[in-house]
Amino acid sequence: MTAPVEQLRSAPFTLNIFLKRFGLLLVYALLGLGLSLLSDRFLTGSNQINILRQATISGIVAIGMTLVILTAGIDLSVGSILALSAVITADLLKQGLPVFLAVLIALGIGALMGMVNGLMIARGKIPPFIATLGMLTVGRGLTLMYTQGKPFTGLPDTFRFLGTGSIGAIPMPIVIAAALFILVTVILTRTRFGEYIYLIGDNPVAARLAGINTNRMIVFVYMISGICSALAGLILIARLDSAQPVIGVGYEFSAIAAVVVGGTSFSGGEGTLFGTLLGTLLIETLSNGLNLLNVSQLWEQVIKGVVIALALLFYKAINRSSK
Amino acid sequence: MSRTLLFIKIMADQTYRLELKNITKSFPGVLAVQDVTLSAYPGEILALAGENGAGKSTLMNILSGAFTADTGMILLDGQEVKIPSPRRAQELGIAMIHQELALIPQMTVAQNIFLGREPLFAAGTLVNTKMMQAEAQSVLNQLGLDFSVTALISDLSIAQRQMVEIAKSISIKSRVIILDEPTSALSERESAKLFDLMRSLREQGVTLIYISHRMEEIFNLSDRVAVMRDGQLVGVAATKELNVNSVVQMMVGRELKEFFPKAETQRGEVALEVHNLRSGSHLKDATFTLYKGEIVGLAGLVGSGRTEIARVLFGADPNEGGEIRVAGKLVKIHSPQEAIRLGIGLVTEDRKAQGLFLGQSVRSNASVSLFERLSRFGFLLYEKIDQWVRGAIQQLNIRAANLEQRVGNLSGGNQQKVVIARWLAVNPQILILDEPTRGIDVSSKAEIHNLMGELAAKGMAILMISSELPEILGVSDRILVMREGRLMAEFSRADATQDRIMQAATGQLQNAGLNVHE
Repeated sequence: MTAPVEQLRSAPFTLNIFLKRFGLLLVYALLGLGLSLLSDRFLTGSNQINILRQATISGIVAIGMTLVILTAGIDLSVGSILALSAVITADLLKQGLPVFLAVLIALGIGALMGMVNGLMIARGKIPPFIATLGMLTVGRGLTLMYTQGKPFTGLPDTFRFLGTGSIGAIPMPIVIAAALFILVTVILTRTRFGEYIYLIGDNPVAARLAGINTNRMIVFVYMISGICSALAGLILIARLDSAQPVIGVGYEFSAIAAVVVGGTSFSGGEGTLFGTLLGTLLIETLSNGLNLLNVSQLWEQVIKGVVIALALLFYKAINRSSK
Repeated sequence: MSRTLLFIKIMADQTYRLELKNITKSFPGVLAVQDVTLSAYPGEILALAGENGAGKSTLMNILSGAFTADTGMILLDGQEVKIPSPRRAQELGIAMIHQELALIPQMTVAQNIFLGREPLFAAGTLVNTKMMQAEAQSVLNQLGLDFSVTALISDLSIAQRQMVEIAKSISIKSRVIILDEPTSALSERESAKLFDLMRSLREQGVTLIYISHRMEEIFNLSDRVAVMRDGQLVGVAATKELNVNSVVQMMVGRELKEFFPKAETQRGEVALEVHNLRSGSHLKDATFTLYKGEIVGLAGLVGSGRTEIARVLFGADPNEGGEIRVAGKLVKIHSPQEAIRLGIGLVTEDRKAQGLFLGQSVRSNASVSLFERLSRFGFLLYEKIDQWVRGAIQQLNIRAANLEQRVGNLSGGNQQKVVIARWLAVNPQILILDEPTRGIDVSSKAEIHNLMGELAAKGMAILMISSELPEILGVSDRILVMREGRLMAEFSRADATQDRIMQAATGQLQNAGLNVHE
């Protein structure tokens, strides 16, 4: 067979491809360089640990969110799931339930709420945006009802170890987040389930016709997102020693921002967990830097928003010119 | 006086509607169009043939403003023009009707025809719907189209949508209309209607450039044929001076011995029995049997229920009361997963929408069906997967740079082979292929037919749905014909002719050969 049909050379290594692969790392490095020049406190070990610790909560939520967005979905209910599981756990702990059991129950609540999301989306064919928007409201409502608007404070020390303890020099939240990051990276890149997530996000119709049980996979993905939210909630209340009814409000925003800045496509099937890690660190580093430079809280919001918009424009530009 | 007349006559003879001069266009790593010079007259149908990846679409996209040529010149009615955007092409009267139609499904016919140039009133704030509909109606009348201007596009058939696209291009007074494989989704009858329309446009002096893989249509319709290969124009000639073999030879650069190779197969045991299959409004009653080692062609007009048979058998649509027996055993199939477990595979008709994961790698696309088998505790055994995919790439002659290449960047023929590779992995007892060679180049087509023959020889039962009668006749051992949701006729390979199949498909021939099942 000698039919000369098309060119088989793979695309040359261009600036575009370089930017696509390393652009975010580059931006992160530049930001770090800039901040270390502007503030001599930025590059200290304690400040870097501080950034990492700040990043763990939104980072853990963003890990679950990455899976959801890879399936071309969205989970707006992460903040509410975090809140409801956190306040119930805090209450149970105060009533003397063993820490181990309380943690399991918290994760179970997250999984259950995620499962409801997943079933609404996979079986009920409700768009993810609407289904999880509903769960956002319901979850927050239940949280307010459960707490009667009052916070639970004064949690047992064994539980608080999750948020304030450390293994060697590394704070516990960072250990947990790192372990979760590695675990989910392995799932995404090495397992059947991981492959299915990308395939479903790319083309759900083809996925079903290829024999994938798409409904079950989608339910799993939202359950994982729920579990991640609940876990983030546990670490948060362990650190604060208090579970407020308004805890976690707006967390969906920072998680989605981290995922998207990390290069995961909203249309599904494209993105990496490493990107989400960089996205989370970038946003937290930015916050930290603005703090060190004494920029007002109000401006911080504006600057974050602009950075996210710029990131999206950047990806758009790269993707367009590489086609 | 006579001199002037002569002068005018010469001018008339030499006036091209369109001249492309030395057009070259390259993409990173690929020279897509190389120094092409091509002209077209007013009132002619120029067929543009070539394998996938030959550069036809790129050339036409340059003409319609989607791409800009690196070098070269375009003349329209003798004037040099620059076409930097589709909008400019539209202003110049160049319309391109794409394979993927660009209509908005939720809007009416009239709204689509006038999209972006609606007649306005009240100082340009409101759309003059009445006037818009009246003008749209007059265009439809001119073209002899009988659907309503207030119909929603989503309620029209693919063929009617294409007609709307053409109506749109007429209403903007297009001088040049490019049709990119317009019949790939049409039934024979619908195609015939489209051809009538094209001929009448030719009478009206419009230049039509027609891209197609279907030789029959090219010879039926066109005045001249231009053939491209590897980005270059290989030749242009009057259609009547050519024949199918010479065009195919120009396209592939070698001689293809058989258009549809047919391997001799031995008919084995019963693989599948279907009784009174029913689903939705499109599939009312189908009863038939498939044997191991045979290829059965399923013919019929688009919408006659062929695809629905495939979908019900594969568990993609619900089975409403029919009986399905696989290898003699009565089975219920509720999902594609169950179908696959029973040894049924389906290559869907629309590979981009239903078959492929365009953004994912060749590896994932070809091996997704193997993931269950080639994994341990949920972890994928990538070494084995890669080994298998490499073998399949070689066996099917898939042209991919590497396993990581995105399937979306492959040509149509290679994409289809990737889908087929996925099913080879499962090695089903029954393989259903819905329009397996639609819109792909002749060599891939021959390769796919070859492969089907090989699989049948190994004992697979193959059901092939096709709208291309020569394909049905060339490949099948037996031919079933559907009409309006019912299986109407069955022919052996020896008895089948294009005429008889068409008669059964259109209702002039009833229940031919079906008494076998009574």
